[in-house]
Amino acid sequence: MSKFFFEVLRSGINTTFQDKGRFHMQHFGVTPGGCMDTKSFLIANALVGNTSNEGVLEFAYQGPLLKLAKGKTKISITGNVLFQIIKSNEETINGKCYRTYDLDEGDQIDILATKQSAYGYMALEGGFDVKPFCKSVSVLGRVEIGPNEGKKIKTNDKINIKSNRTNNKNFITNFSNNEKDTIRVLKGPQFGYFAKESQKDFFSKTYKVSNLTDRMGMRLEGAVMKNIVNTNIRSEGITKGAIQVPADGQPIVLLTDYPTIGGYPKIANVISADYDLLIQRTPGEKIFFKLIVLSEAEQLYKEHIKSISEIIKNIKEIN
Amino acid sequence: MFKKLNNIGDCGIVCDFGDEVNRTINISVIKLFHHIKKEVSKGNLDGILNYTPSYNKLIINFDLGKTNSSKIMDFLKSVDFSKLNISQNSKKWTIPVCYDFEIDLANMSKTLKIDKDKIINIHLSTDFFIYMIGFIPGHPFMGDLDSKLFLNRLKTPRVKIPAGSVGIVEKFCNIYPYESPGGWNIIGRTPIKLFNKKDESNPCLLSAGDSVKFKSISKKEFEKLNNE
Repeated sequence: MSKFFFEVLRSGINTTFQDKGRFHMQHFGVTPGGCMDTKSFLIANALVGNTSNEGVLEFAYQGPLLKLAKGKTKISITGNVLFQIIKSNEETINGKCYRTYDLDEGDQIDILATKQSAYGYMALEGGFDVKPFCKSVSVLGRVEIGPNEGKKIKTNDKINIKSNRTNNKNFITNFSNNEKDTIRVLKGPQFGYFAKESQKDFFSKTYKVSNLTDRMGMRLEGAVMKNIVNTNIRSEGITKGAIQVPADGQPIVLLTDYPTIGGYPKIANVISADYDLLIQRTPGEKIFFKLIVLSEAEQLYKEHIKSISEIIKNIKEIN
Repeated sequence: MFKKLNNIGDCGIVCDFGDEVNRTINISVIKLFHHIKKEVSKGNLDGILNYTPSYNKLIINFDLGKTNSSKIMDFLKSVDFSKLNISQNSKKWTIPVCYDFEIDLANMSKTLKIDKDKIINIHLSTDFFIYMIGFIPGHPFMGDLDSKLFLNRLKTPRVKIPAGSVGIVEKFCNIYPYESPGGWNIIGRTPIKLFNKKDESNPCLLSAGDSVKFKSISKKEFEKLNNE
């Protein structure tokens, strides 16, 4: 057991360990899972000098209040997050995302809320001391797979840290949050199951993100998609971002913890470049879908990856 | 051999083997699945993340940062199906089931007009084939039941079904690996653990393409195996 650890004074709503996910297991019924917002995840790790797939804490809406009970560390918070650092001498620092902070023994980090967004990330220099399952520390809550017995963080848990901070330099990068409401999609394999009028509505009317949204799926409310072929298909493998339409005609976007196979027709699929943007939209917000073609989606993904690399390249020491 | 290749999103491909669902078609899907799995483990298909067989399709998920749809499609088109094998990968299982834990046998007997014991005997004498594993970890979809036992899903799915429950719907039989909601007709329960989180190298007992035969056990034997 690690000598260095945080005490969880408040767990937050849904705080879990995550990395890029667990692959080569979907044929066993194990969904990849992993961080919801890959971009924020990668930048969080890069800021504290970790390798790109080090496990982090992901939180949603209200984050945790953690006390560094033993040890000293360096943290970074990414996303659009309101947080404070309460030093052991009770001095309070209002935190800024996309920079690092040193925490010393007795200091607390209070992650109050995500602003106009759903998910945020906290990375530690050297990482958390958690046990991977099948090469990943991503927690799949529904089937209790992953570290911490596959469960989200609870109040009074201990969170172990791999190692103490090695230097007192701090780092920052430039980042501006994108709150675009247009999500680009490709046609789904059963696009033709839907009436022409519904196809038109899908790309011209707004959809509202409903309260029934979690790591597995985002239920939308808006124009009803009229199925003119069959409201069920033979169950088949699922891809992240698939937009399925059950018999009630209201689309559901399948998110990171998607069921591995599904039997509803899929009208569209969110492109990889816009996925991080989509999952940050919160219940009540409106989104639009725009149809593009595969070659555009591939080009947009290249640009997306390049923009992340540039943010990481621009990490600078704070003087 | 698949009939069509389609994209699904920008990082997925559907190998579509046609609309029919039968063992022959499913075996082709599983052959391709094993081939891809082997190539990936040899490091020949960088960027492929998952390969999910279902009744009549194989879905391939990949990392768009490392590969793309056209590269994988080129590979798929070059596969020589006549050289693919399944027998070396498939296993035969005998799964103990205690029918005393049934929930729906009385109703089934009434609807089907077949004695409870006869239903159990038909189930026990069926050589099941696993078409696919999925939805949740370790969950098998097996067929084919005698058409005499064909039933629909429950009109109102149950909120909670105990782990290990064995259910039937239409020509299919399943086993719930976890306590979960579900709409299948429950005829018994197995003490066998289908997904073992403690065994990282082989957490999932069953695979698509395996065959399964059920063996009736008493409540006492169930309890004994369940505590092992």
